[in-house]
Amino acid sequence: MSDHDIAMTINGRRHSGTVESRISLSDFLRGDAGYTGVHVGCEHGVCGACTVMVDGRAVRSCLMLAVQADGADVVTVEGLAAPDGTLHPVQQAFRDEHALQCGFCTPGFVMTLAALTQGGARPSEEELVGALSGNLCRCTGYQGIKRACRRLSGSNMADAGEHA
Amino acid sequence: MNAPGIPAGRFIGKRMPRKEDPRLLTGRGQFVDDIALPGMLHCAFARTPIARGKIVSIDTSAAREVPGVHMIYTAEDFADQTVRMRGFFVEQEVPVRTPPLCEGRIAHVGEPFAMVVADTRHIAEDACSLIELEYEEEDPVITMAQARTGAPVHPSMADNMAGMTGVDEIGAELQAKLDKSAFVIEEHVVHQRVAQSPMETRGIVATRDGPEEFTLYITCQSPHLVARWVTLTLDIPDMSIKVIAKDVGGSFGLKNNPWREETAVMIAALKFGRPLKWIEDRYEYFIGANQAREQEMTLKLGFDTEGHMTCGHGDYDNNNGAFPHGPGDNLAVHLFMWPAYKMPDYGFVTRGCYTNTPGQAAYRGPWQMESLIREAALDRAARRLNIEPYEIRRRNLITAADQPATTGMGIMVDDITPHECMEMLLEKFDVAAFRKEQAAARKEGRYLGLGIATYIEPTAVSGIMSSMTGEFAQVRIDPTGRVTASLSTHSQGHGTATTMAQVIADRIGVRYEDVTVFEGDNSTGAFGPGAAGSRQGVIAGGAAFTASDMLVEKVKAIAAHMLNANAESITIDDGVIHVAGAPEMSMPLRELAEVAHGHPARLPEGMVSGLEAQYRYQGLPMVMTSAAHLCVVEVSAETGFVEIKRWMSAEDCGTVINPAVVEGQIAGGLAQGIGCVLLEEIAFDARGNPTAATYKDYLLPTISDVPEFEFHHRNTPSKSTGGMRGVGEGGAIIGPPTLCNAIIDALTPFGELAIDLPFSPTKLLGFIEGRDLSGGH
Repeated sequence: MSDHDIAMTINGRRHSGTVESRISLSDFLRGDAGYTGVHVGCEHGVCGACTVMVDGRAVRSCLMLAVQADGADVVTVEGLAAPDGTLHPVQQAFRDEHALQCGFCTPGFVMTLAALTQGGARPSEEELVGALSGNLCRCTGYQGIKRACRRLSGSNMADAGEHA
Repeated sequence: MNAPGIPAGRFIGKRMPRKEDPRLLTGRGQFVDDIALPGMLHCAFARTPIARGKIVSIDTSAAREVPGVHMIYTAEDFADQTVRMRGFFVEQEVPVRTPPLCEGRIAHVGEPFAMVVADTRHIAEDACSLIELEYEEEDPVITMAQARTGAPVHPSMADNMAGMTGVDEIGAELQAKLDKSAFVIEEHVVHQRVAQSPMETRGIVATRDGPEEFTLYITCQSPHLVARWVTLTLDIPDMSIKVIAKDVGGSFGLKNNPWREETAVMIAALKFGRPLKWIEDRYEYFIGANQAREQEMTLKLGFDTEGHMTCGHGDYDNNNGAFPHGPGDNLAVHLFMWPAYKMPDYGFVTRGCYTNTPGQAAYRGPWQMESLIREAALDRAARRLNIEPYEIRRRNLITAADQPATTGMGIMVDDITPHECMEMLLEKFDVAAFRKEQAAARKEGRYLGLGIATYIEPTAVSGIMSSMTGEFAQVRIDPTGRVTASLSTHSQGHGTATTMAQVIADRIGVRYEDVTVFEGDNSTGAFGPGAAGSRQGVIAGGAAFTASDMLVEKVKAIAAHMLNANAESITIDDGVIHVAGAPEMSMPLRELAEVAHGHPARLPEGMVSGLEAQYRYQGLPMVMTSAAHLCVVEVSAETGFVEIKRWMSAEDCGTVINPAVVEGQIAGGLAQGIGCVLLEEIAFDARGNPTAATYKDYLLPTISDVPEFEFHHRNTPSKSTGGMRGVGEGGAIIGPPTLCNAIIDALTPFGELAIDLPFSPTKLLGFIEGRDLSGGH
């Protein structure tokens, strides 16, 4: 198995490491870099729990090799909240709407929505819910997650100002 | 909302934000795979590729040569370790010898037969693939029909019968009553096998810390129960056992107790002396973890001409698989068949069988099957009489006026409200208008259906089954004035740190933010079976009520002494102690706490220092929860797809501590019920190979499969302290009958659809078109 030196930015910080070519990005983020908020639910690319942002796009980190992310800018769920602990608007919407129970799938849902609402984007509720069709939650029946989508969507302009 | 004598809640009854969420939302939860210990090695299992046969030889020589492999264990390496396997009811050993690693008889595909310990999981898996297994394959027993006549799965047993209750034949007297009935409805339900599917798979980190201490990080339903299980199963009474499970990614019955793989890792950790980790991958989960359901049942119900039930008989079979957590799991269905209904005479038989498939485990809502067949049969009787589904229930449900009542199975009910829950829905849903809409739609070739179901459920069982006992709360006011509590509870998403904090803050009179509840570790709290049987909010809630009230008594006694006032005149609000009529004497709780902890001389004579109270609430034998649900579906005659257009719930779970948590439990259960009816299926080919091994094959409900539910709450306080009733399983129980009844109703123009789950588009379209579209499967 060949080893590769890689380096990437994770949550604004530089990380480098030597990995086997077969190591997935999710395993690198969890094991080497210590971002255990990246949850591995199926390793088949179906459940979406391991979703992170790579160069601004939501990616299933179990389906991407760590070597493919060499040089990339990666954001995990640990990188969303402000340094003072203020939750990201997606995280806050999830908390306000009781959109989680066990919390295992949650980072994937949050990262998918965070990617879609970057830079103050306000997609429609339908678009947000549609994007979550690839994320599985076994606890909540998706009720609070749908409410969070409504709150984050363009159809709800009441708190549009919250999005930087 | 609140029970009599309980003041309007400061926090009880409010949608308080959850204490668990800030860490979970920021990626700082602590699940078992997040644990890394110095010197930790990783485990992987080699698994059997056949469903039945004998192991001839296991060759690990090539695997041992892989760099980074430390050890490979097979069953013979564990021969010197006692293993007395048991399920959730921990006092009893299971009757089938259940070894951690396959001992020679292969009983299902996916059995672990060797375990590799290596530097990384990747290396461990590489080595597993190099282990050579030579075997003699035999014809497997896969289905319940095969189990009846096939050779015993376990050669030590005479046949494949795992358990039986009731009598095989319908008694002569009951048969005569059936014969005399105006009409008899015969309902047959085939319920597929399903997977509990927590999003976090099973996993464990085990470390022997010297010869006398054993520490386990394990995803489970109760660290206390796991500690007890490990002591008894491995027969290591002299070891100190610490079990930590801070966050658990769902369980739903699966993680009630450790099983074969976790036990293998524990034994290896004891032997090898380094921390070992095993995290189940999703493929292993589907082929190796215990599963649920796979039942068939026939129900015969006799009715008089007015649609009143006269008698009934149920015949139920359950496929337990090879190594069930409890051979009696899911055998108790008949017990709760009728306590919500007037059923004069009921006979039954239940059978569980062993097969060459993965064993069964508990799954949320064991009363689902009996609710499904009962509610479906009632609807068929209603159609026979040409009356509405609600009308047949009005004629048969036990109403408030009928109570107290003792049902045929000897269960006394005195505060159930299924009838009132149903009437609550009927006030909000115009059935007559719907029937007009349905008739008009049918003319356009659109098939709408209405489903109604009612049930009651025994929750918070305590003191009548071994593991199901009271719950414990210790509440402390720290010298800083902050309140901390250690409870016997455990959350796998239930939010007990939230609901218990609400109770404690409410009862003591401090800010919700000032209360911290510790759980998730057997060194905190005291024994409790954890989340099983919809019990924690009820019983631990009662313990938190009483412990908090006891602590308030002490605070009042100290305050009265310090302030020279009557204890009766003291109140605590928002963390400040007040004396009635003397606002100038108010003082922060912190000030009193400092005295209680640090200045014993300033306490009343004879009072011990400190500010703590603890209480174990035994609870009632059981507390009944009632509900009625109603849904509307449209079934496409073009595609066979079911669209759920509306879903209403009326649930009576007594005092609601946090409506968002209660609705979350109902919704999660309903989503699992919808999955059971429309999507999920664990199936095997004729040789016992699983045909679903990923979430691409095993379809979980997604965000587009689950409608938004409308919740209505009745709040009849129970007699349990605090007035709560359990709510964890109700949605999973009542979801399937509600949805099945709606689908059957939608398709009545094509005949009477029998229940054979899942109702896949292929099956429904086949029914609509009157031909088999399954393609030979």
